[in-house]
Amino acid sequence: MTLALYVPRASAVHRLPAGLKLLCLAVLAVALFALPTITAAGAALAGVLAVGLLVARLPVAVLARQARAVRWWLLALLVVHALTTDLLTGAHVALRLLTLVLAAAVVTATTRVSEMVAVVETVCAPLRLVGVRPARVGLAITLALRFIPVLTERADRIRAAQAARGGSPRGVRALRTTIAPLLVQVLQMAHDVSEALDARGADVEPPRAAWRRS
Amino acid sequence: MRFRRPGAVAAGTDTADPGRGLELRGVGHRYGDRVVLEGIDVTLTEPRVGVIGANGSGKSTFARLLNGLVVPDQGQVLVDGLDTRTQVRAVRRRVGFVFQDPDAQIVHPTVAEDVGYGLENQGVPADERAARVAEVLARHGLAGHADHPAHLLSGGQKQLLAIAGVLVMRPARIVFDEPTTLLDLVNARRVGDLIAGLEQQVVVVTHQLDLLHDFDRVLVVDGGRVVEDAGPGPAVAAYRTLMADR
Ligand SMILES: Nc1ncnc2c1ncn2[C@@H]1O[C@H](COP(=O)(O)OP(=O)(O)OP(=O)(O)O)[C@@H](O)[C@H]1O
Ligand SMILES: [Mg+2]
Repeated sequence: MTLALYVPRASAVHRLPAGLKLLCLAVLAVALFALPTITAAGAALAGVLAVGLLVARLPVAVLARQARAVRWWLLALLVVHALTTDLLTGAHVALRLLTLVLAAAVVTATTRVSEMVAVVETVCAPLRLVGVRPARVGLAITLALRFIPVLTERADRIRAAQAARGGSPRGVRALRTTIAPLLVQVLQMAHDVSEALDARGADVEPPRAAWRRS
Repeated sequence: MRFRRPGAVAAGTDTADPGRGLELRGVGHRYGDRVVLEGIDVTLTEPRVGVIGANGSGKSTFARLLNGLVVPDQGQVLVDGLDTRTQVRAVRRRVGFVFQDPDAQIVHPTVAEDVGYGLENQGVPADERAARVAEVLARHGLAGHADHPAHLLSGGQKQLLAIAGVLVMRPARIVFDEPTTLLDLVNARRVGDLIAGLEQQVVVVTHQLDLLHDFDRVLVVDGGRVVEDAGPGPAVAAYRTLMADR
C-alpha cells in the first residue's frame, strides 16, 4: 500500500483550505457519476492532471505511483466490461476510477495531515452529542498514518533477521512467522506510544481560557 | 559555571515553588509482587543529574516517577512542591520526558506537525505554534526538514526531533531515559551536546557513562535502591566496583 504523503510546494493548491479541497473532491465524484460520458471523464482527468502537475507542481512520480497502485483494478474493470458490456464502457469506467484516484492523490499531496485531520474533527464535531471525542478520532487517524511506515519497516526487519539465519519461508508460512513477532512488537510499541502521548499532554484537555498560559 | 534557573522557563500560574526541585519522599514501588523501588529519599535541585545502574535495577521506573508516568505505591514525589499523584497535569507541564526509542515518541507523519503536537495539547494558538515550532527546528538543525516525513529521518535525526517536540513545550525540567542508546557515536555525541547546552534542569538515565563527566550529581541505583549518590567521578567508580563483583 502506498501512502501519498504531503509534497511541500508554494502553490495556490497547497494554500487552499483542506475542507474546500475535500469538498471539490466530493463534487468531482458526484459530477463524474451524474455526467456519465467518456468525454466528461477524459476532460476531468485532463483537469486533474493540469491542477496536479502544472498548478500544484507535483512530481509526475507522485501521481504515477498512485496510478500504478490501482493498475490491476483498472485492467480488471476493462476486461470485465469488455466481456459483459463493451470495451467503450469499460474504458469509461476505468477512466473515471483513475481520475478519482489521481484527484484524491492531488488533495493528499497538497494538504498536511494535520489540516486534513482538523477537517475530520470539524465534521465529527456533532458526534460529541453521542460521546465521541473528535480530537480522539483525529489522533487515531494521525497515528495510523504515522505508524504504517514504521510497521512496514519493522516487518521488513523481522524478515531480514529471519533470512539472516537462513529462514526464507514463503506464502502463508511467511505470513505466520512474521506476524507473531510483529504483533509482539506492535503491542510493546503501542504501550510506548501511549506513554509518549501522555508525556506530551495528550490527555490534558486544551485549556478553555487563555489565562492558563499567562 | 553555567547559569541556570530551572524555574525561570516554566509557564503556568499554579502554586508551584520553582526552587524546590524534584523531591522523592520515602518512595517505594512494586509491579505485582515484585519490589522495583524502595526507600528512595532524594531531592534533586542540581542542573545536571545522572542516574546509572544495571539492567532491571529500576532506573526507568525512577525516571517515570519524576513526571507522573508512574505514581508510587508508597511515599510521595513532588515537583516544585506539586504532588505527581494529585497534580499530574501541572507536573507534566513542568517536566518533559524523552524516551529511548525515537520511533515510539514521534506521533505525527511529518516533522513540523510532530513538534507542534504538544503545543496543540496545551491549546497554544496556531500562529504562535508555528513560530515556536520554526524556532525550535532551526535551533536543532531540522529547519530544512519541516515537511519531511518523519519515517525517512535517520535515527539521530529522529531522536533530535523527539527532543525538539519536548523542548518546544518549554518545560522547566527534562528527564531523558537512555536517549543515546540506539544511536551511533556521532549521533550520540550530537544528542549529548544538545543535552549539555540546555538551560533546563536535566535528569539523564544512561549506560553511556562518558555522557555524565561534567554532571553535578550522579545516582547509582541497584536493586531498587539508591546505593551511591555523589559527583560523577566517585559515583561511576562505585558503579564499576559494584558491577565487577557480579
Ligand atoms: N510495566 C511493568 N510491569 C511489570 N514489571 C515491570 C514493568 N516495568 C518494569 N518492570 C520490572 O521492574 C524492574 C525494573 O525495571 P526498570 O525498567 O525500571 O529497569 P531499568 O533499570 O530501567 O533497566 P534497563 O537498564 O534494562 O532499562 C525490572 O525487573 C522490570 O522487569
Ligand atoms: Mg530502562
